Amino acid sequence: MKLIINNNPEIIDAETLTVAELLTLKHFTFKMIVVKINGKPIDKNEYATTFLKEGDNVQAIHLISGG
Amino acid sequence: MTIEEIKSILSHKTVGIAGCGGLGSNAAVSLARVGIGKLIIADYDVVDLSNLNRQYYFIEQIGEKKCFALQRIISHINPQCCVEAHDIKLDHETIVSLYANVDVLIEAFDKAEMKAMLLQTMIRSLSHIPLIMGSGLAGWGNFAAIKEQSYENIYVMGDGETEVRDDMPPLAPRVCIVANMQANKVLELLLKNSV
Repeated sequence: MKLIINNNPEIIDAETLTVAELLTLKHFTFKMIVVKINGKPIDKNEYATTFLKEGDNVQAIHLISGG
Repeated sequence: MTIEEIKSILSHKTVGIAGCGGLGSNAAVSLARVGIGKLIIADYDVVDLSNLNRQYYFIEQIGEKKCFALQRIISHINPQCCVEAHDIKLDHETIVSLYANVDVLIEAFDKAEMKAMLLQTMIRSLSHIPLIMGSGLAGWGNFAAIKEQSYENIYVMGDGETEVRDDMPPLAPRVCIVANMQANKVLELLLKNSV
């Protein structure tokens, strides 16, 4: 499946893929991540049930304490 | 662009700053110096001695509300910069009501949970407003790791890695670098289409 992940085109070797699976696959394991798909924010409790589609634009923004 | 041209553009602009700690106080002072017309700042916290290793406050301001202490500092630097100060803990509703009409918003919270809450609020309710965040600024050295990442009109400044811990405190140099990257990005966005 072809996706755009954080502005980079990537090919993920999977027929179906949830947001949760993608985050694990990419080792995006920070405590605080905000995920947008095609500009829409996805709630944390929807990661496991939200399936990605060919060509989706996925943005995973990592947020770290300190300011 | 001359400094006079820059000032005349910036004097009509409003910048929101969510949080008046290390990022917010330093970014606000830089923006006031260059002549931003209006700053809308918000924080519920008071100045503490432990803040002075990175935040733009003075010993005699300890115990004062940060938003009002910062408002006073700016009045001594550039009295033409109008500072609207809110002593408030920001949440979804207050973010939308305070910042609905700003030209740019700077996220300057301490906790990752608050950064995420603000980001989600902006994506849902004010996605047309450019948002400049800070993420990853603890410790010292390692300048080359500090970068800007952009996601449409969301910009994230910092190294994206170093979390504040007891043995990795936030310190003035790196915090001020990131705060001024945020302020610098504000200028880039506000002056971009104004030549």
